Amino acid sequence: MNPTLPVGADYVRILPEIVLSIFGMAIMVLDPLVDEKKSQQLLGGLGLIGTLAGLVSTWIMAQSPGFAFWNMVQVDGFSVFFHVLVIAIALVLILTSYEYMAVQQLRAGEYYGLILFGLVGMCLMSSAVELVLIFISLEISSISTYILAGFRRRSATSSESSLKYFLLGSFATAFFLYGVAMMFGATGSTNIDAISAALNSGKVPLLAYVAMALMFVGLGFKVAAAPFHIWTPDVYEGAPAPVVGFMSTAPKAAAFAVLLRIIFEANAPGRFWLIWLSAVLSMTLGNVAALVQDNVKRLLAYSSIAHAGYILVAFAAKPELGAPAVMFYTAAYAAMNVGAFAVVSHLANENERYVTLENYAGLGRSSPILAGTLTIFLISLIGIPITGGFFAKFYVFSAALQSNLVWLTIIGVINSAIGAYYYLKIIVVMYMREAREEVPVLPIPLALRAALALTLAATVYLGVVPGRMLTFVQQSAQQLLQAEHTSAREQVGNAAVPRATQ
Amino acid sequence: MNILNTHILTLVTFIPAAGGLLLLLVPRRDRDIRIFSLIVSLLTFGLSLHLVARVHRMLPGFQYEIDRAWISTPNIHYHMGVDGISMWLVLLTTFLTPLCVLISWNSIHERVKEFFILLLVLETALIGVFTSLDLFLFYFFWESTLIPMALLIGIYGHGRKVYAAVKFFLYTMVASVFMLAAVIWLYAHVGSFDFVTIQNAIRTGQVEGFSTAAPWLFIGFFLAFAVKVPLFPFHTWLPDAHVEAPTAGSVLLAGVLLKMGTYGLLRFNLGLFPEQSRHNAPWICTLALVGIVYGALVAMVQPNLKRVIAYSSVSHLGFVVLGIFSFTQAGLNGAMFVMLAHGISTGALFMLAGIIFERKHSYEIADMGGLATPMPKYATFFLFITLASVGLPLLNGFVGEFLVLSGAFQANPWYGTIGATGVIWSACYLLWMYQRVFFGKVTHPENSTLADLSAREQLALWPTAVAALVMGVAPLLWLNIIDPAVQAALTPFAQVASKVVGQ
Repeated sequence: MNPTLPVGADYVRILPEIVLSIFGMAIMVLDPLVDEKKSQQLLGGLGLIGTLAGLVSTWIMAQSPGFAFWNMVQVDGFSVFFHVLVIAIALVLILTSYEYMAVQQLRAGEYYGLILFGLVGMCLMSSAVELVLIFISLEISSISTYILAGFRRRSATSSESSLKYFLLGSFATAFFLYGVAMMFGATGSTNIDAISAALNSGKVPLLAYVAMALMFVGLGFKVAAAPFHIWTPDVYEGAPAPVVGFMSTAPKAAAFAVLLRIIFEANAPGRFWLIWLSAVLSMTLGNVAALVQDNVKRLLAYSSIAHAGYILVAFAAKPELGAPAVMFYTAAYAAMNVGAFAVVSHLANENERYVTLENYAGLGRSSPILAGTLTIFLISLIGIPITGGFFAKFYVFSAALQSNLVWLTIIGVINSAIGAYYYLKIIVVMYMREAREEVPVLPIPLALRAALALTLAATVYLGVVPGRMLTFVQQSAQQLLQAEHTSAREQVGNAAVPRATQ
Repeated sequence: MNILNTHILTLVTFIPAAGGLLLLLVPRRDRDIRIFSLIVSLLTFGLSLHLVARVHRMLPGFQYEIDRAWISTPNIHYHMGVDGISMWLVLLTTFLTPLCVLISWNSIHERVKEFFILLLVLETALIGVFTSLDLFLFYFFWESTLIPMALLIGIYGHGRKVYAAVKFFLYTMVASVFMLAAVIWLYAHVGSFDFVTIQNAIRTGQVEGFSTAAPWLFIGFFLAFAVKVPLFPFHTWLPDAHVEAPTAGSVLLAGVLLKMGTYGLLRFNLGLFPEQSRHNAPWICTLALVGIVYGALVAMVQPNLKRVIAYSSVSHLGFVVLGIFSFTQAGLNGAMFVMLAHGISTGALFMLAGIIFERKHSYEIADMGGLATPMPKYATFFLFITLASVGLPLLNGFVGEFLVLSGAFQANPWYGTIGATGVIWSACYLLWMYQRVFFGKVTHPENSTLADLSAREQLALWPTAVAALVMGVAPLLWLNIIDPAVQAALTPFAQVASKVVGQ
């Protein structure tokens, strides 16, 4: 490896990150300059434009696939997919936040900037193929989300949420870092390709197993997989509702992207039982605990643990089947969950007063549009046809069964049946129970309408004509896996020569 | 004509849902919505008649097939087609839906728009279940029936409607995930969801590991269908759902939804796992017999009109399962015929129960008595349908039960003997119920002023009465089309039998 200066193409390959950073900084700089009353529209609008620019630059980036910055960053179908996914989630988040921030009487300011900075981290996570860079981007994304979680300054639960997330989160990232260090010790490299080559070229040192387990702890925390899920309900309950929709999808998607790279690309050793156990625990604990919740945000928090479990099921499957299933699931889950949280944040009203199940009673009558939209998201979360959730679940379980994971599949389908109950409970409350106290439903502003329309369209699109998306995820998963093998072979060749001369 | 033949199933399946979507856009003028739904459902019925008109009677296989790739990987096709079995079930659905619209004309007066949207979407899902030949598509429609039905019960029902809706949803949802697992297993090992492809692969023994997995796959499908039928002891959701559902919900639930279960048993359990079916037949038949007798006995002591009819469904559907698992031509023909006859007569009984509920707001038999005096027309219709349901010769109930019993006798005399008692039981509980409701003096003075049937109600009831009569007098119109399909379904069993004999 001879360190040359980065060329133009290198910068194109991190163009979305650059563009998002510029917009993020612009928002920070403008914040003190604009009038507080106008800041909401102005900075929010800037954030919106920033995400749109991010999408455009992702498209530009996609035109020049390859490695950049001394093999630290790799642009392929896989990273493009996750770029688009997390940026789209942020776009919907900003559309939702518009009204939410005004209702909660929160200062816009750095809020939109932090979203964009978080995005930079998440985007980088999906294209980094170097463990240290992954760690750094993980931190960038985490720190932004820690602050976002505490944005309802006047509320104690929000501060608790932020603090808890921060303390436990940094603890978990330390595990990840420790794992990275050990992996370096075991294989002599922090580059995933090189690690893959080292691990597949003979006896796997014990240290690599330990490293793998430690990294899994760190990432397991980020995706809220059991047994590293304890923080989830408290943090989700306290954080601002739109942010929860964001937190439960975008950083998770990025963390899953990293897991995909580490587990499938590097063909990590000793992963099977680790994942199997975590998947079963997540699904079961998440679903069972969700059954007894009466706060909608908590309920959806436990549900997100369960969904992390379903996604982990795919990780236990054969790579060529599991990887596309993971990708599809994260996309479908993002569409439906962000949409559901958009509805929740609209209904929450000032100080998030109305977030219990009881407050949803009679919504079918007082606001048929919101109730209808939420119903479709919930149906999708249950996994009923014509929605993306159904297809995603189907695809995951089909991958698992094709890999002969019969028991895991059976546990999974039983869990999804259990899960049906608590989502149904919300639908039941909305349509079949009369409101006990008058819950004011604000008119739906244009931005929120757009957010709901986008997520709804995505949910139904993925459920009815998922063909294109499936082909895309399969191709990019294949790229991911093949690239691994070919580059691994090259690396073996390169690495073998100096060793032999020594 | 050819174009129509290729697309007729798509049209019949999706016109109701398209109508439902259009309803989303129209303003909330209840009368217009009702008329529109009636037109849509009648249009669907009219189109479905094309299926019967153009059918090739002697062809045993699927007709009006359409097979387009829907999603390439996984290999999912939009494959639809009907044979003599499913065609009649489609027709039953399209026949009952306009009647449901008519019967809900006045009884639904709140959230009318949503009601008819749900009803029409439900119709599409139901027709889709019977027409799909791709297992994925089948599961897709199968699950799609859940939400509209649960909402119909939960929003428009009465009494403990929420409890009933959730129970209905969870029972069927939990059971069908096992079917999903089985479907995915088949896909994983065959590489296709196509019913015909999978069937051929299994018959020619190309499926790896099939012999060890077959018992589990059979159970997976069986559980989903048995809960839907419902077979004893999975029936406990049914009385709750029926009693609390609005009239139209009950009609479709009893008339069509239950047949999804028996249709599934016939098409998938028999079609894909003939050996397992034969192997498991004894205990399934036993459960069916228990259902026949138990359902009848429980029906007898119910104080509530709708509960009587609900338990009578448990009993009648027991006949269907018994017929299917007798593996005889008579038994299967009979099972099909009972499905259709039960759909019509029980549908009509629920409509009649709904009519009295609109007037009295009660289903309790104790609140009635002597109703024949104030409501003579109502009493006549009720008697006619009751007799059809009891199985009086020349009405529709008789033919099917007779065929099932003769099939059951061929399979095992004990099945036939015990099953035959079911006919007696049904006469007991239905006629006794009729007597308590209609004969004698008017026991409650307020009942003496009850209004008789209105023209609209008669309009909803006449078709069922005519159908009950025609089916009883000229059953061959139906059986001629059913028979080739049934024979095709039975071929593997003849082979299995000859294999056994050969050994």
